[in-house]
Amino acid sequence: MGDPVREVRHPHHPEPRDRSARGRLWGYGRGSRGPSRPALTLLVLGGLVVAACLLSLNLGFIRIGPLEVLQTFLGQGTDQQELVLYQFRLPRIVLALLVGVSLALSGSILQGVAQNGLADPGILGINAGAGVAVVALLYFTAAGTAPAFALPAAAFVGAAGAAVLIYAFAYKGGTVTPGRLLLVGIAVNAGLGAAMLVLSLRLDQQLYSYAVAWLEGTIAGTSWRYVVALLPWTALLAPLAFAKARTLNVLNLGENVATGLGAGVERQRLLLVGIAVALAGSAVAVSGGIGFVGLVAPHLARRLVGPNHRVMLPAAALSGALLLVIADTLARNLFAPVELPVGIVVAAIGAPYFLFLLARTGP
Amino acid sequence: MNRSLEPASPDVRSRPLAATLLMLGCLAALAAGLVWSVSVGAATIDLKTVWAAVFTPNPELTAHQIIQEVRLPRVLSGAMVGASFAVAGAIMQGMTRNPLADPSILGLNAGASLFLVLTFVLRPGTGYTELILISFCGAGFGAALVYGVGSLARGGLTPVKLALAGAAVAALLASLTSGLIITFNLAQDVLFYTAGGLQGTRWEQVRLMLPWFGAAMVGGLALSRSVTLLSLGEDVAKGLGLRTGLVRALCTVVVLLLAGASVAVAGGVGFVGLVVPHVARALVGLDYRLILPSSALLGALLLVLADLGARMVNPPFETPVGLLTALVGVPFFLYLARRDKRGM
Repeated sequence: MGDPVREVRHPHHPEPRDRSARGRLWGYGRGSRGPSRPALTLLVLGGLVVAACLLSLNLGFIRIGPLEVLQTFLGQGTDQQELVLYQFRLPRIVLALLVGVSLALSGSILQGVAQNGLADPGILGINAGAGVAVVALLYFTAAGTAPAFALPAAAFVGAAGAAVLIYAFAYKGGTVTPGRLLLVGIAVNAGLGAAMLVLSLRLDQQLYSYAVAWLEGTIAGTSWRYVVALLPWTALLAPLAFAKARTLNVLNLGENVATGLGAGVERQRLLLVGIAVALAGSAVAVSGGIGFVGLVAPHLARRLVGPNHRVMLPAAALSGALLLVIADTLARNLFAPVELPVGIVVAAIGAPYFLFLLARTGP
Repeated sequence: MNRSLEPASPDVRSRPLAATLLMLGCLAALAAGLVWSVSVGAATIDLKTVWAAVFTPNPELTAHQIIQEVRLPRVLSGAMVGASFAVAGAIMQGMTRNPLADPSILGLNAGASLFLVLTFVLRPGTGYTELILISFCGAGFGAALVYGVGSLARGGLTPVKLALAGAAVAALLASLTSGLIITFNLAQDVLFYTAGGLQGTRWEQVRLMLPWFGAAMVGGLALSRSVTLLSLGEDVAKGLGLRTGLVRALCTVVVLLLAGASVAVAGGVGFVGLVVPHVARALVGLDYRLILPSSALLGALLLVLADLGARMVNPPFETPVGLLTALVGVPFFLYLARRDKRGM
């Protein structure tokens, strides 16, 4: 307060209000040592992602040193090294990156649209819808007769179906308010969860274990086919999400301000929710229900670079990618040759870091 | 619901008349539900016998035995568990001003499950009573972790931090639990506790739970006015002279007692804590002095009916009670969400 510039205030411009005290569930790094140079933070995050990928390439049941990796990429590796790197490790790493980016961006958009920091892709019934579809597919086709690609396809259809259902229920009088969207999401989610429980009880033990393992989230058994299936979605939708940063910033100011600024709130919101659903649905289809990334990556990003979506969205995407690559590497190596579901590892390493950040930064 | 998007105003819409009618109706329905629930089951017992079994029990008769030993404790604990989760959820939602908050974001269920699984790993064959106490401790541990991290933060424990720390701690503990289950292949043993349900409840649990339940309910009702103020926002509450930090700590203790005891007895029955408060708010307005008792009665009614359904859908097998709460709750909840009252 000793700052003379701040002492002199125009009567019509009182001290700006402390946003955190409005009680909104909305973690800003306000007043913290945090967001000073977002660009640098983004660079560091990007560097970490690259480093994690390289490390992940080296590690595994068969150790391949950094030099050997380089040689293999230059076409000088042994057949075995080529096989391991090109057919097993590389597709997994690429898929982990894509899934991480998709889930993180989906969560960021939803938290912005719903103005609620607890919103995540799961709340829109994405995971529940995919789960019901997958379990139903296993139930109605005899064990193992469904082609390999039927499962992701069913998951995607289920996810999209759930999202449409929620939107239809939340749509009333030409609008979908964020509040109604969340509440309907809760309800439809619970309903789908119940449906899944009914179906699960009728599955035999082995199929059920298979379904559960898949729904816990896994990147195991990835081949290039999955990467090819997901890549176009992410490549199309991520830039679209980044382009919507300004809209999200405006929505952040609250309903009335956004409308006043002529944001065309309703149409923008529909578009944003559509992007979020497509991002999460495509990711869930290839990797099962990996939770937590969509919830936490946006908060990590906000605490690292502040609330401006122009830098927050890239930071969230990089955080999500980093989290998932590290988690998948650990899932492969911790109890090799046994694989842990990657969803478990994500929470085990993401939560402590997130709690540390939470304790360090401001409200 | 849209409250979070508007500047808080100290005028709280409330409907005392609607609330009174609702509570009377719920009480009547709850009484009927209790009686019905005691008389129906794998063996249906007529109401005259029920009356006799409750007030003049004769240990010689099988029907009386079933009612005294199995159904009565089960029904009573069901009512307590339902009321507990609903009130805990209402307090959490009011305190954090977030419609998505429920007791599970305090890390209670996750903590209880983790301790149970640890017990299975370290000391297989532990007795039932001990397991209840252990899961109670686990619930406390989860909440302490959430609260500790939230309070460590600079700027103290804001609702934002509480909810976020809760979500993170819950995810962390759940991942540890899943890891243990996978490593030691415990899925079968733990399922009974984590799925949530009232099968196998005895007087022992009722006696264990009753004092905590009573104390926490009284505490919750005593705090209800403060919860209303908290739900208007930090600055409004402070401006009206509320010691927000103290109130929030007391509220958390109440939620911990309610949800901890319930998780110990019935496992994680989802949905009740999240949904019932919304229903109560939509019906009686925004005054927590009315919301809390209404939530308690609605929650008790929902769980008693759901448990009745759980026993009747597929006898003699039990259906998971969470399924029934969802079946009853979802359509009604959707209807309320679409009614678009500002109270939601």
